[in-house]
Amino acid sequence: MMPMDWIFGLIGGLLIGLAGAVYLLGNGRVMGASGIIGGLVDGTAHSAWAERLAFLAALIAVPAILQFGLQVVTGAASAPFLLIAAGLCVGVGTRLANGCTSGHGVCGISRFSPRGIVATLIYIGAGVVTVVILRAMVGAI
Amino acid sequence: MRVLLAAIAGGLFGAGLHLSGMTDTTKVQGFLDLFGAWDPTLAFVMGGAIVPMAIAWRMVPGRTPLVGGGFAPAPDPLLDRRLIVGSILFGIGWGLIGLCPGPALASLSYGGWTGAVFLIAMLAGMWFAPRLSPYLDRTGQAV
Repeated sequence: MMPMDWIFGLIGGLLIGLAGAVYLLGNGRVMGASGIIGGLVDGTAHSAWAERLAFLAALIAVPAILQFGLQVVTGAASAPFLLIAAGLCVGVGTRLANGCTSGHGVCGISRFSPRGIVATLIYIGAGVVTVVILRAMVGAI
Repeated sequence: MRVLLAAIAGGLFGAGLHLSGMTDTTKVQGFLDLFGAWDPTLAFVMGGAIVPMAIAWRMVPGRTPLVGGGFAPAPDPLLDRRLIVGSILFGIGWGLIGLCPGPALASLSYGGWTGAVFLIAMLAGMWFAPRLSPYLDRTGQAV
């Protein structure tokens, strides 16, 4: 018997994949969170800003509604400087690499894109190293 | 129609993040904690997401998107410095807090000030990134 967490992970994952399939077959676009957000921030979204905003609004609204019926589990709070450093790294990194977990990970790997596969291996590797160092340094995350 | 489909996709994405438990940054960091108390949940989320997406990619040839027009062109198959440096930076930030761009935005609805601080820094980074990219030329290896 698989732990419930894994089963919910699988079901949630299927929904995320379905979201990507709707965005691809419906709008003809690759669903990457960093690209959708980043395009609005740096002005490269051009005429597609309305659909991007709709995507992001629903991405915020649905978990906001769901949490009334289904308790949301969040992580522990972290030190502000850590949050800022991490946010900057994620923002700069995903835009330089042109993708994040959704774009390179979900959409890239599923089309056997070498860029997506390489990017995913690198960011998971860098994440593993970071967590190992963080645990060794503070032991409290 | 474009806006409606985008909202449906965003909603499904949000529901998926919520159900999968990926709103919990300790589960994400648990996945990255390969040499500690490893939590494989994220691998199930990734695996689950790749299945419908792989089917969707197989449906693309010979079709047009529902709203008409064309599919976004595939990116240059180039493993360049930007991809590598960017992914390393992303991995570091992801490991530090356990948030990537999708959940960072969704966390506005549940993450309190923690998520908001991260999100603002992330948006600043995204705004700044194009100013850095000239320093990382796109020489790389074609694959």
